[in-house]
Amino acid sequence: MQKYVAASSPESAVNVRTLVTPRGLDVWLVESHVVPVVSLEFAMRGGASQDDPGKAGLGLMLASLLDEGAGDLDSQAFQRALDEKAVEISFRNDREHMAGRLRTLVKNLDRAAELLRLALNAPRFDEEPFVRVREHANARVRHDANDPASLAARTWRANAFPGHPYGFPAEGTLETLAAIERADVVAAAKRVIAREKLVIAVVGAVDEKGAAALVDKVFADLPAYGDLKTVGAAEFSGLGRIDTVTLDAPQSTIRFGRPGLMREDPDFIASLVAAHVLGGHGNMTSRLFREVREKRGLAYTVFGAFYALDRGGFYYGGTTTKNERANESFEVASAEIRDVALNGLNEEELEKGKTYLIGSYPLRFDTSVKIAAQLVQIQLEGRAPDWLVERNRQIGAVTMADVKRAAGRAFGDGALYTTVVGKPEGF
Amino acid sequence: MTAQPSATQVAHFTLTNGLEIVVIPDHRAPVVTHMVWYRNGAADDPPGKSGIAHFLEHLMFKGTEAHPKGEFSEFIAGIGGQENAFTGPDFTAYFQQVAKEHLKTCMEFEADRMTGLVLTDEIVAPERDVVLEERRMHCDTDPGAQLGEAVQATLYTHHPYGVPIIGWGHEIEGLEREDALAYYQRFYTPQNAVLVVAGDADPEETLRLAEATYGKVPARGGRPERLRPSEPPAVADRLVTVRNEKVQQPNWQRHYLVPSCRTAEPGESEALDVLGHLIGGGQTSLLYRELVIAEKLAVSAWAYYHGTALDRSRFIANATPAPGVALETLDKAFDRVLAKFLAEGVDEGALERAKTRLVADAVYARDSQSDLARWYGSSLALGQTIRDVEEWPARIDAVDADAVLDAARKWLVAKPAVTGHLLPLEAEAA
Repeated sequence: MQKYVAASSPESAVNVRTLVTPRGLDVWLVESHVVPVVSLEFAMRGGASQDDPGKAGLGLMLASLLDEGAGDLDSQAFQRALDEKAVEISFRNDREHMAGRLRTLVKNLDRAAELLRLALNAPRFDEEPFVRVREHANARVRHDANDPASLAARTWRANAFPGHPYGFPAEGTLETLAAIERADVVAAAKRVIAREKLVIAVVGAVDEKGAAALVDKVFADLPAYGDLKTVGAAEFSGLGRIDTVTLDAPQSTIRFGRPGLMREDPDFIASLVAAHVLGGHGNMTSRLFREVREKRGLAYTVFGAFYALDRGGFYYGGTTTKNERANESFEVASAEIRDVALNGLNEEELEKGKTYLIGSYPLRFDTSVKIAAQLVQIQLEGRAPDWLVERNRQIGAVTMADVKRAAGRAFGDGALYTTVVGKPEGF
Repeated sequence: MTAQPSATQVAHFTLTNGLEIVVIPDHRAPVVTHMVWYRNGAADDPPGKSGIAHFLEHLMFKGTEAHPKGEFSEFIAGIGGQENAFTGPDFTAYFQQVAKEHLKTCMEFEADRMTGLVLTDEIVAPERDVVLEERRMHCDTDPGAQLGEAVQATLYTHHPYGVPIIGWGHEIEGLEREDALAYYQRFYTPQNAVLVVAGDADPEETLRLAEATYGKVPARGGRPERLRPSEPPAVADRLVTVRNEKVQQPNWQRHYLVPSCRTAEPGESEALDVLGHLIGGGQTSLLYRELVIAEKLAVSAWAYYHGTALDRSRFIANATPAPGVALETLDKAFDRVLAKFLAEGVDEGALERAKTRLVADAVYARDSQSDLARWYGSSLALGQTIRDVEEWPARIDAVDADAVLDAARKWLVAKPAVTGHLLPLEAEAA
């Protein structure tokens, strides 16, 4: 029988089961045998905010070295073993997590699980890959040194969160990378790789028993606890200030932002709706898109969104405009931000914004890899599987009064801290 | 309407007005990806009007007589859909991803803008500024992108693949409303289009919806011709150097002219796919092992065969030098790696791993309706058939060591190529 369900919630397509493995690990599973592929996604607390300021980039080095040799397999042997079965394993480091991903054809699931188990349980951190990975990180830093978007983001972060880990360069600097030794990576692995606060999602052609066996094999023998340091609350600095970094480029790259609400805040969801209407990513009908791009032809990209990290929430956005009109672009964008801060949205905007956010949610769940990533994210946010339905219910319930109050609280008087990279005129 | 049988669930139809239709069912989620591909791209820009295919792609969002300014985008935003478009050298494509019940409405809008576009100078002028900002952002502020453009312009001395997709800045500045409309009327016809619907859609039902929407667009005679000068055989090695004060990390690249999936002899394009993987696909590739691990001349190195093109295409190698290594050293090192590859022959284990990886990609693609839609759409826009797509894994599997070595000898080893060097300013004095 054909199901005709409106795609207003992904829950109709994403049937999440939560299970506890025989060895006591929690897993969220979505079983689907249509494509003979299994995806696993996991995340542990850690990330760049655990780096010492003098060794910024350590977390990145750790994540980059986990697939560079483990157990009896040196780096080349490990990579060959992945190739032999077309197994994909990758690790990444964000601000607050070390996360990883496995994708394999179901016929190779056992071998894939063994390789991921080795990578997490018995990484070698051999000298050769250690030096090579650091050189690669150095090259990345040099490549990004004068890239306008990287430079603007780095400068903005450092000035918005001075002295706080959120302001450090997650990718490191040539100085901090040089200060990292192999022993630092070994120590970082001990602090981060543990079952404590581990979240896991499995999606694809595997049943409960198979998923539990996979997860136990990979994760059950990890130490119960790591040793994470406590990160203090992130104070936002520089509101009302504009810093200019001179770079010989025909365009000015503008990045702006301000403090936002924490995820637990009752107005957080309403603030997301306001930010979406104002300048949401991919929203080709947003106010910023209309005023900056469509009406005035000032920029190709213009965007802004709220980000909620564990120790602070903030708004971050930007645009990129030729130097001669950079100030006009900034003025137009900040006027729209101020207007939303003071007046909220009009009714039509609110309704359209809500319908969009509700209707587009299922599109985040259209591949196994994306489903697994979403399920990990939901767990990291401390939510239950009913969030797949609850999220849209909460957005649907946002009223005009809610959005006005939330916009007022989140955008305040609309003041911004701004970084401009280029040779801007009029600032 | 004619229907062709297909080995898999993928259905293929052609409407009486010439529109080709591909339906790729995937019922896991109640979502569809709806794409229309036009068989024209940046390489079909008239001389002196570079960028017009891409500029028109922007202008296609500006509204029609039936659905004025922004109505289509407002509809998509209102239902929480995703939409966008992209221009390649050989095709231009428009897509929406929406809940399945909105498929017909998307078809109505998309069929409408196949012929109904309305443009005024008030709309065209600011959008031209947007494109110029796009060019500044992606090309003019990035020395690496500038090198890429210069290498491409050097590799193709005559064929329009040498012109950037977005166009040259001075020609974008001169693009007018009339240019866009002339290009639109020439290429945007049902005979020149391929409709791809992937996701929670039934083939027969989709065909019925397409007949009720796209079927109403009148046929416009034969398919518009692509008038492209062909590239003469390369005879010269060329070195292209970009020096820029913003560069702190040099880069090395090498580009060869090689056959595309459309111009290659049978099996040759697949052999080049495998060759690309063996030479430069990942950390176990020859290039990475020699340049990065053994000789420590580079901190990364990769190679890639770009087979998806209508005309003569490219094989690309790229390396990031280790500190203190001159790019001339990489010139020679790359030649040495190629020579070594020929001398030592193909390692059977490596050949199997490369083929396993490429064939698995076809399975992984089945997990994503938008990836599948893009794969089938781009292939058909290049004149390939559904069968060509479906048999690709088998053709990869059939590649043997001799075919790989033949391809390397015929197209790469000691063949004229363009080498690109990205350098900081101070290297001049050194």
